[in-house]
Amino acid sequence: MKYIPVMVQRLASSRRSVYLIFISAAAIILGIPVPPPAISATERYIRVEASMYRFSPEQIFVSPGERVTIELVATDVKHGLYLDDYGLSLEAEPGQPARETFVATRPGVYRLRCSVPCGNLHPFMLGKLQIGPNLALLRGSLLGAMAIIIALFPRSAPQMSRQKHFPNGTD
Amino acid sequence: MAPIELTRFSQIYSLLHSRWPQFILRALILAGFMFTILSGLWGSQVGSHNFATIFVWIAWWSALKLFFIPIGGRTWCSICPLPLLGEWLQNRGILRSRDAQCLHGKSWPRAWRNAWIPVVSFLLVGWFGVIILTSPRTTAFVLLGLFVLATLLGLIYERRAFCRYICPVGGFSGLYTRLAPPAIRVSNTTLCTIHIEKTCYNVCPWGQYPLALKTSGNCGLCMECLRACPYQNISLSLRPWGIELSSPPKMRVDEVFLALVMLTTAGVDAAIFLGPWGALKSATYTVGSPGWWIFATAFLLLVLGIVPAFYALTTWIAQRIRKGGLSPKSSFTYYGPILLPLGLMAWIAFTLAFASTKLSYLLPVLSDPLGWGWNLLGLTNHISTGQTPLLSSALQTLILAGGAMIATKTARELSRSLYESIPCSYSLLHLPG
Repeated sequence: MKYIPVMVQRLASSRRSVYLIFISAAAIILGIPVPPPAISATERYIRVEASMYRFSPEQIFVSPGERVTIELVATDVKHGLYLDDYGLSLEAEPGQPARETFVATRPGVYRLRCSVPCGNLHPFMLGKLQIGPNLALLRGSLLGAMAIIIALFPRSAPQMSRQKHFPNGTD
Repeated sequence: MAPIELTRFSQIYSLLHSRWPQFILRALILAGFMFTILSGLWGSQVGSHNFATIFVWIAWWSALKLFFIPIGGRTWCSICPLPLLGEWLQNRGILRSRDAQCLHGKSWPRAWRNAWIPVVSFLLVGWFGVIILTSPRTTAFVLLGLFVLATLLGLIYERRAFCRYICPVGGFSGLYTRLAPPAIRVSNTTLCTIHIEKTCYNVCPWGQYPLALKTSGNCGLCMECLRACPYQNISLSLRPWGIELSSPPKMRVDEVFLALVMLTTAGVDAAIFLGPWGALKSATYTVGSPGWWIFATAFLLLVLGIVPAFYALTTWIAQRIRKGGLSPKSSFTYYGPILLPLGLMAWIAFTLAFASTKLSYLLPVLSDPLGWGWNLLGLTNHISTGQTPLLSSALQTLILAGGAMIATKTARELSRSLYESIPCSYSLLHLPG
């Protein structure tokens, strides 16, 4: 057991090993499956108002398994609503709302996008739909913390004695 | 890992030594640049249907952030069309370098030999970024304004004053280029010391002397020194990425401020362009409205107040823990290099998210560059709504975590150097006693 810290220090002292540790840990953190959340079989009705260049509400939170009906209401010009990954697509003109229902089976954070050119800021007209907990943020924070810990691990050879690469003494 | 000297390969050396390949590239880009201005001025004013906005802010901007700066350093500066006309007029010819016959303008004022002008121009980009990014006419006027300014400054001041001290793109390219692999250096320092004429310095549009280059930040990779050296003593090498961080040259206060402004702007732009906050988008778009004034004040407070204050406090505490004995100003600049990987990675992650969903706008504007209803390539209706691919999200997370790791490692090494320097100087001071 007493050799473990020495081994870790040796591993961390090599630049290649540090990157290898980082990539392996990143693959685990980003790819590790999480147990499926509890499914809630309730119905939700959400009215989304679209105007230049915003959706209202801007952020929607639903539970996994919910049967969600989105009604898109355009309040100024024609707008669209496209839900990333779910492929849900709606188009509404003022006075002519559109609605569609889907089951929120896949937890995660998805963007709502306007799918009908509505003006100069159209490409940036976005909203957010969060199904269950924000695992992406959790994984990202974990990865960031791990990256900082790896970088803080001391290396054995002092950096100052390193040989410079170019004849004029620079890197 | 030792650098790879590219100029050791005769084909690469010949390619860089000849003026023609660079001239052809620059001429093509200049033609594209002129077309961009024309399409911005006379094409459709719907941003997503105009070549100017889509090619400048989606294609070029993404290429700059994802390729040119992180991998190629200042390679964009070597083919940039902005200073071209001024440089041709200054050199009194197109395929000529600086020589005795060229226009010898005034020296750039000493008080302005810093990065404060790029800091201010980036603040302006932060304030008016949404308008510039989405309005073809504004994009055209910005490009035209920069081109005219670069030309005028080329006629008044010597060398590339515009590129070194004014250009906002040049400002941040110069910062992040320190991490990029390309580096111009001399192969044999003795040859340089006996060469009295210093032709490499005389021809350099950037006013750099290759023997004294400590960082690649101010080298525009124009290859004039390589062409002028009578001993073939100038080399272009590829270094390991980020190697300059292991023994970074000292940064000035203005450079640290520029790095802070860049880092903060990446976060603010991500909130505006990728976030769901409609009120924020509307406020940044309606210049002059109460909402815009609130945004402008908050942005200024964040960029020039909160973030620098937080950074200054953190760096001061860090050196106090290490008993470094640095003044607040010295610790502010000493730890400056940690901002480089953080800022660059933040910009790469933002650009990846931005570009992955907006690239579908490129082909339609090629088919109808002026937004006049043409369909030259049959691709006008190929705009997809776009969605963030899972791979892009994972890649962004990895890049941001990588930036945090490199920055932490740099901070740790800087702190260690500070700590190691204490007993050394202490013992030297007490040696006579």
